[in-house]
Amino acid sequence: MNETKPGLPADSTGSATHSRVKPRPDAGLIGRPIDRVDGPLKVTGRATYAYEHTLDGIAYGYILGAAIAKGRIAEIDTAEAEKAPGVFLVMTHRNAPAQPDFGAAVTPTVPEVFTRARPALNSDRVRYYDEPIALVVAQTFEAARAAAGLIRVRYDEEPGRYDFRTRIADAYAPKRTNAGLQTDSLIGSLESASAAAPVKIDATYRTPFEHHNPMEPHATLASWSGNELTIHTSAQTLANFRAGVASTLGIAPERVRIVSPFVGGGFGCKLIAHADTILAALAAQALQRPVKIAFTRQQMFANAGHRAEMIQQVRLGADNDGRLAGISHDVWSATSSFEEYCEQTAAFTRSLYAAPNRTTRHRLVPLDVNRGEWMRSPGEAPGMLAFECAMDELAERVGLDPIELRIRNEPAQDPERGVPFSTRNLVACMEEGARRFGWQRRDPTPGRTLEGRKLIGRGMAAAIRPNYIGAATARVAIDRNGQVTARLDMTDIGTGTYTILTQIAAENLGLPIASVKVELGDSRFPRTAGSGGSWGAASAGSALYNACDALKQRILEAARSSEASPLRGAMATETGFADGEVRVGQRSASLADLIRRIAPDGFEAEGSVAAGATTASYKAYSQHSYGAHFAEVEVDCDTSEIRMRRMLAVMAAGRILNAKTARSQILGGMAWGIGAALMEETVLDPRYGHFVNHDLAEYHVPVNGDIAEMEVVFLEEQDDKANPLGAKGLGELGVCGAGAAVANAVYNATGVRVREFPITLDKVLPALPLIAI
Amino acid sequence: MQSFTYQRAESAEQAAAAVATRPNARFISGGTNLLDLMKLEIERPAHLVDISRLPLDRIEETDEGGLRIGAQVRNSDLAADPQVRSRYPMLAQALLAGASGQIRNKASTAGNLLQRTRCPYFYDRNMPCNKREQGSGCAALQGFNRMHAVLGASQACIAVHPSDMAVAMSGLDARIETISPERKTRTIPIGDLHRLPDTMPDMETVLDHGEMIAAVTLPPPPPGRQIYRKVRDRASYAFALVSVAAIVEKSGGRIRSARIAMGGVAPKPWRATAAEQRLTGATASDAAFTDAAEAALAGAVGHGGNDFKIPLAKRTVRHTLAAAVERA
Repeated sequence: MNETKPGLPADSTGSATHSRVKPRPDAGLIGRPIDRVDGPLKVTGRATYAYEHTLDGIAYGYILGAAIAKGRIAEIDTAEAEKAPGVFLVMTHRNAPAQPDFGAAVTPTVPEVFTRARPALNSDRVRYYDEPIALVVAQTFEAARAAAGLIRVRYDEEPGRYDFRTRIADAYAPKRTNAGLQTDSLIGSLESASAAAPVKIDATYRTPFEHHNPMEPHATLASWSGNELTIHTSAQTLANFRAGVASTLGIAPERVRIVSPFVGGGFGCKLIAHADTILAALAAQALQRPVKIAFTRQQMFANAGHRAEMIQQVRLGADNDGRLAGISHDVWSATSSFEEYCEQTAAFTRSLYAAPNRTTRHRLVPLDVNRGEWMRSPGEAPGMLAFECAMDELAERVGLDPIELRIRNEPAQDPERGVPFSTRNLVACMEEGARRFGWQRRDPTPGRTLEGRKLIGRGMAAAIRPNYIGAATARVAIDRNGQVTARLDMTDIGTGTYTILTQIAAENLGLPIASVKVELGDSRFPRTAGSGGSWGAASAGSALYNACDALKQRILEAARSSEASPLRGAMATETGFADGEVRVGQRSASLADLIRRIAPDGFEAEGSVAAGATTASYKAYSQHSYGAHFAEVEVDCDTSEIRMRRMLAVMAAGRILNAKTARSQILGGMAWGIGAALMEETVLDPRYGHFVNHDLAEYHVPVNGDIAEMEVVFLEEQDDKANPLGAKGLGELGVCGAGAAVANAVYNATGVRVREFPITLDKVLPALPLIAI
Repeated sequence: MQSFTYQRAESAEQAAAAVATRPNARFISGGTNLLDLMKLEIERPAHLVDISRLPLDRIEETDEGGLRIGAQVRNSDLAADPQVRSRYPMLAQALLAGASGQIRNKASTAGNLLQRTRCPYFYDRNMPCNKREQGSGCAALQGFNRMHAVLGASQACIAVHPSDMAVAMSGLDARIETISPERKTRTIPIGDLHRLPDTMPDMETVLDHGEMIAAVTLPPPPPGRQIYRKVRDRASYAFALVSVAAIVEKSGGRIRSARIAMGGVAPKPWRATAAEQRLTGATASDAAFTDAAEAALAGAVGHGGNDFKIPLAKRTVRHTLAAAVERA
């Protein structure tokens, strides 16, 4: 056993709260680590979340869930509940308003996934455990819940399919994966590559069901005014959400208004409408009064999406120098029997490393559970957990440093699409990270570093995340006082959207932060792609940037032509907006003063950005964000408890819009990486089809004590191919590969390779030798 | 949650009488466990007697040099008490290892002792559970039982008692003082407070209906170093997979006396008396600690998901004893 000194390498800053973005030469407001503009509202409780909204005459709903996972409701007796004090309405499949059928299990197109009707209480069938079977609406939440306890139900239960591991033979190939990606890919011949490769890795990894668990559960306040429905809810993307509500209720989307100015976390489970929204809308219509419904934490597990259980087989063939000849990534995932969801778990593998022969495959195993939803970097989060561990296994097998192995397999262009990368600084991230982390002091032989009775290990992994752009429009207005208001139906799910959009508008218009107000979260505002897929900042930000450009154009035109303008007749082509002034050539004027003179009613303009997949730049370049994660863990040699000591992420994700909120995003992702590697798991009981540990005491997410020291570094990067801002998707990059770095550190500490996530102590303990006392 | 009536108790005697005279009445104090169970309708009391404001919140030295802890002393206050910290450090460690700061601020000493299991099948009314509904079966036996008991369980129930505090108190030979209607009092050794499930897992303690815990008395601390070691899945806010409270008194190279109590392994705080006896007089050595650990887990039975608790508990006992000796 070697003894090493604890603590940081000499070249580290030693700061737990350090992050760095080099200032750009033209540094303005964009990029600055300014505080959240909505922060004071949040910390003083004045940011109103969905369930906190109130209206006159409000009634409260409580959803009763099914006690079985598959079968029919043979009998449902609501008489006692209806008589209970304070009860206004008990709704079941017998009296719920008509809704469209759920539709086919396999959803043919990507938009339909978000907009299809998802009816509630429209059938006597039970499709999954805890599916809503009744809604009680009463004077108070407590009265509704108490009355729900009085409903008597008799079921005709049917045998269901709940055990993923014994049903792999049922696997089928879906037509496409989530995000409309191809199910399989094949280049070259893996068989011949494998046969010839002197070094082979063939490893199977398992990842469990996981749940998003945002702090704020799903909640809706629905109210009707005539034929117009207003929904206060907690949603990530308003347009899709609205379309889903409208198609379920059978009304035009224009009659539905969604309001969601503050969202207490989403992580992908608030992209579509759930039963809280549909039932609140139906009940509010039936009762002609506002109705409020929230899921309980326990109800969140069955009714608000999950990440499905998966098995991944990774096969790598390499020469003795570690150069990959073949890459194969096969994924089997559970899915719902009534609505397909195929996480694109192996999709990133198509872009990450060079190899002449390569294949990826996605297969689905249908179970009688609710549909899976988009959870915290769908695809990369579970996929990199497996693949980046396999790379660690290969590095050890060929006797190479894991970073050197990755450098040797760095592709010159996208290895499957054959197009250049827009920017790719993966190697720089790894090298900068290695230097800062003190990577060279890691003992590559596992299980040898003991401090007291703690085994110390270090691991790393790469991070990659595709850059998406969604179609978005923003409207920006300037009033006679020079105050700017930007409006778009974008959401801020805790990520800092209000703040970065404020920075973008203020910088582009040459105004201080205080002169710009950003209003989000109302479907009456111009449509954006919302928050999801890490595309919110780049999509909404680009639209707003373009809207500001359009506004400036209008201002300049009027300034040159208006009789009241001090800049009338200024013809110079060189113009600028800075420090609250408009400049044309050598002449300048105060912006506020100019507007007052030439446009007492102010100006308004819109700007848009097209969906990335449709643009020439997107077709011509492989666009991703990259990073490198480093982790140091300690493992108790007696109990095999695993605890973090430190983590470092070095990220290259285009232009950073706000160094503080960007860092927070990455920190959050790293914390989720710890969760995925070490503790998150929902247990599906194959006898009953229910999620057993359905609360936050039993479903473990990392708590503060689990986090230890974290450092985030951003490399300077500007991706001009991505969008006018030069920014790329960031939010989910922090979780991509983070868990694998932790898992590889556990291996380095103990010499025990656990391929079944999460790595809880019981999986390490049997292989951990007793050390003399 | 079903509707209930509520009264605030004026005195201990009145509280005991108020519960004793109503078959479906319950005491409530911090409510950190009972309210959760009521919301899920696992507990459906018709009447609650609030004892949280009774003047049972003092920590006093006893004539014999021990400590008398009022039943309503909050977990946070008990953990912060200077006497507890200096003379019963194991108890302070156990308290601070339990729950979260917010819960400890509300939870009472008596409530902590009487908290109910966290078995997820007990918490789900759609699942069979003999503790919740006698005769319905035990879903955990063949189910997800990673957190469950390896000692003292039965075919009817394999749930564990989740308390950390009670494990330390068990090692400290605490005595439970109770009061019943007509001022009847009795003292129960902590080892006798909780019942093993056998065929009646719904009967969790020896307390009569309406019998209220008034105080917990600790004898003077035994000589030797005290350690509470909790092994859990995350650094905070997680129930024990295994916990060990150990007190070891050493003289020269030999162990004069030892106390070992375990949590997370049984339906009650589990005192490992056989292991204690084997240590008495033994040379303080890895062999002796290993032997004691084996004795502590003698007869342990896993149910699949919790098999790992047996080697884990042995390793934890061994190392905790060694740590107690090392620091003694």
